[in-house]
Amino acid sequence: MDLNILWFILIAVLYTGFFVLEGFDFGVGILLPILGRTDQERRVVINTIGPHWDGNEVWLLTAGGATFAAMPHWYATLFSGFYLPLFLILVALIVRGVAFEFRSKDRHPIWRRIWDGCIFVGSLLPALLFGVAFANLARGVPIDAEMNYVGGFWNLLNPYALLVGIMLVVGFTLHGANFLTMKTDGEMRERARRVAWRLWPIVVVLLAATFIFTYQQTDIVHQLGINPGMIPVLAGLTILAEGYLIRKERDGWAFTFSVLTVILTSATYFLIMYPRVMVSSLNPEYSLTIYNAASSPYTLRIMSIVAAVLVPIVLLYQGWSYWVFRERLTTHSELEY
Amino acid sequence: MDPLILARLQFAVTTIYHFFFVPLTLGLSIFVALLETLYVRTGKTVYKEMTKFWGKLFLINFAMGVVTGIVQEFQFGMNWSEYSRYVGDIFGAPLAIEALLAFFLESTFLGIWIFGWDKLSKGAHAAAMWLVAIGSNISALWILVANSFMHEPVGFVLRNGRAEMDDFLSLLFNPHLFVQFPHVLMSGLTTAAFFVLGISAYHLLRQGESRHGFRISFQIAAIVGLVATLWVIMSGHSQAQHIVQVQPMKMAAAEALWESEDPAPMSLFTIGNEAERRDVFAIRLPRALSLLAYNQLEGEVKGINNLQVEYEQEYGPGDYVPPVAISYWTFRIMVGLGFLMLAVVVYALFLVVGEQLDAAPRLLRFLPWLILAPYLANTAGWILTEVGRMPWVVYGLIRVEEAVSPTVTAGMLWTTLIGFTLVYGVLMIADIYLLRKFARAGAEDTPFLQPGPEEPIPSIVGD
Repeated sequence: MDLNILWFILIAVLYTGFFVLEGFDFGVGILLPILGRTDQERRVVINTIGPHWDGNEVWLLTAGGATFAAMPHWYATLFSGFYLPLFLILVALIVRGVAFEFRSKDRHPIWRRIWDGCIFVGSLLPALLFGVAFANLARGVPIDAEMNYVGGFWNLLNPYALLVGIMLVVGFTLHGANFLTMKTDGEMRERARRVAWRLWPIVVVLLAATFIFTYQQTDIVHQLGINPGMIPVLAGLTILAEGYLIRKERDGWAFTFSVLTVILTSATYFLIMYPRVMVSSLNPEYSLTIYNAASSPYTLRIMSIVAAVLVPIVLLYQGWSYWVFRERLTTHSELEY
Repeated sequence: MDPLILARLQFAVTTIYHFFFVPLTLGLSIFVALLETLYVRTGKTVYKEMTKFWGKLFLINFAMGVVTGIVQEFQFGMNWSEYSRYVGDIFGAPLAIEALLAFFLESTFLGIWIFGWDKLSKGAHAAAMWLVAIGSNISALWILVANSFMHEPVGFVLRNGRAEMDDFLSLLFNPHLFVQFPHVLMSGLTTAAFFVLGISAYHLLRQGESRHGFRISFQIAAIVGLVATLWVIMSGHSQAQHIVQVQPMKMAAAEALWESEDPAPMSLFTIGNEAERRDVFAIRLPRALSLLAYNQLEGEVKGINNLQVEYEQEYGPGDYVPPVAISYWTFRIMVGLGFLMLAVVVYALFLVVGEQLDAAPRLLRFLPWLILAPYLANTAGWILTEVGRMPWVVYGLIRVEEAVSPTVTAGMLWTTLIGFTLVYGVLMIADIYLLRKFARAGAEDTPFLQPGPEEPIPSIVGD
């Protein structure tokens, strides 16, 4: 296995880690106005992700940095090409992050209402747009011989991309509901579970629809074959099992399967792309691949050493922080946000 | 409007704005960690009170720094895609390492610090803040590794139509980094010191209950401030001497020195005509620039016109003169404020040692205003550093017009420029509102988190 493949995997892992972790953060943000009926309840909802949201977001920053370091052409084409969606994602993440920190620091109801709105929109919009972006990555976009995206904004909002976007919004909301069921107690826990149970069939339908349209819209048949292999199939099986686990009130297991669904779905998209990182719809020759988009072997070697040393340490202390804050929260807990 | 101008304007807006928050994070994290360590060591509640008080202001500021930093990670790709392609092989690495080494550290342990007051031992809790401080300052180191490459490219070869890294260690041992990093680190501490001095002075005048705590804060900040301000000035001096060697055009522009001179005079005050490259009115101190550049009373400092000729021979036809008035005045604002801060902090420390602080209400009333001084100096310093490098993005390698994204249109740039400016403007108002509120409230009143209204919030959906 050469280092280009290793870095494709590593970047895929970083984005997938971001979807798993920030995925439930987004879900919690979307559920905030739905599950939090009083101010104290809203604080409980926010505090479940309070110690973690910032660290979770660093997965995205690291994915961006790793793309820049290991695949500079991918970084350049993707972010200059998907310009306005990325801008919207950035603005959403900016107001959302500030909102977590600011909302409970003034008691005026309008102040809090505004920041709650920022959390809601700031969670929903990136979920939608990340779905749109990844659908387009797999489906292919107009990229010319100079590796530049020449498609414009509206080209990105095709029906397939919107379907994946909506699937991601609802999917992350379910993921967040599972997380809240696991992290809260009493009335809030029951409410979150009810929401999860209601969302689950919708996610099943959306995921199935995505699966079908992926066959029509991408070259998955060419990439993975008519039988796409274990990973997409397991993604389907885990979402089905998740419903059973929600029903049986196995909170921890339901969330675990929710995590697996996100991982397997994300992995499927990266498998469809591989070894390309951006598919050109104009000419397959113009596609960016892990070879023509990559950094020099020297840089990849340096970055591999860096990653081999640092990634395990990061996983260790981030995992530890989840252990420190493992307690369930209620309206009587000590809340910091 | 030319997309290039808009892209540059956007970089200026987002980066300058981001750097309003960074220096305070760098310095105040160390300050809070220090206070909490004193609390752990002595067990005195006054230190805990102060840790919490400055911690609140730190958190408000930190949030702004973090979210505006997200833009920094992506905007090279957005607006400067040709730049990203040309130097990504080198420039991307420190950015990725920064995220992996520093961002994870500071964000995870800040989460632990905020929420872990009664979940960790006292010592472990203080250690979490030290890790935040280390993380933030390491992040500054790595972004300056990247920035130093732009000023003094090292450790690369030109291959495959781009610059490729061939020596990672020489990136880390870039001479530019060794003059720049201490300067930035110490300007962070200076910013924090004046922040603490200003707010403490406000409370010392008001005779509040937590007066004792603010007196301690004032004393620590005066000592730290003196060391940091002196160090900023000294490291700035060595940076300037280094710039004379590696980017003589920047120094010539900062001094509005049109022709090479030996010995070279230093401008005290110049009104120039930038288009015709001549002085309209100038007061110059003979030999002073040679003295500053070389520590001796003679030595040639190259002038703008001579360098332009030299560069045309080396790089081909083109305009190699950066905006002179901007370079000249930002240099003076930075240096002037630096010496003002030094004078004030010396005086403040003198009063602290002589226990005469209360007899100097005028200083105490002036200090809150001086909180702005490091902000202006930091901004001016960065404008000088970056504008003075023009037209180069990476010195001698790639020019600004070659670096911009070819597919991003003026319309797209207007959208994002206006969007960022509006969002940043509104957030600045909220940030200052909260900082003012909690800075004025003192240590004992106004709990950080306030209970909200009890009554249910109208739901957007049914049960």
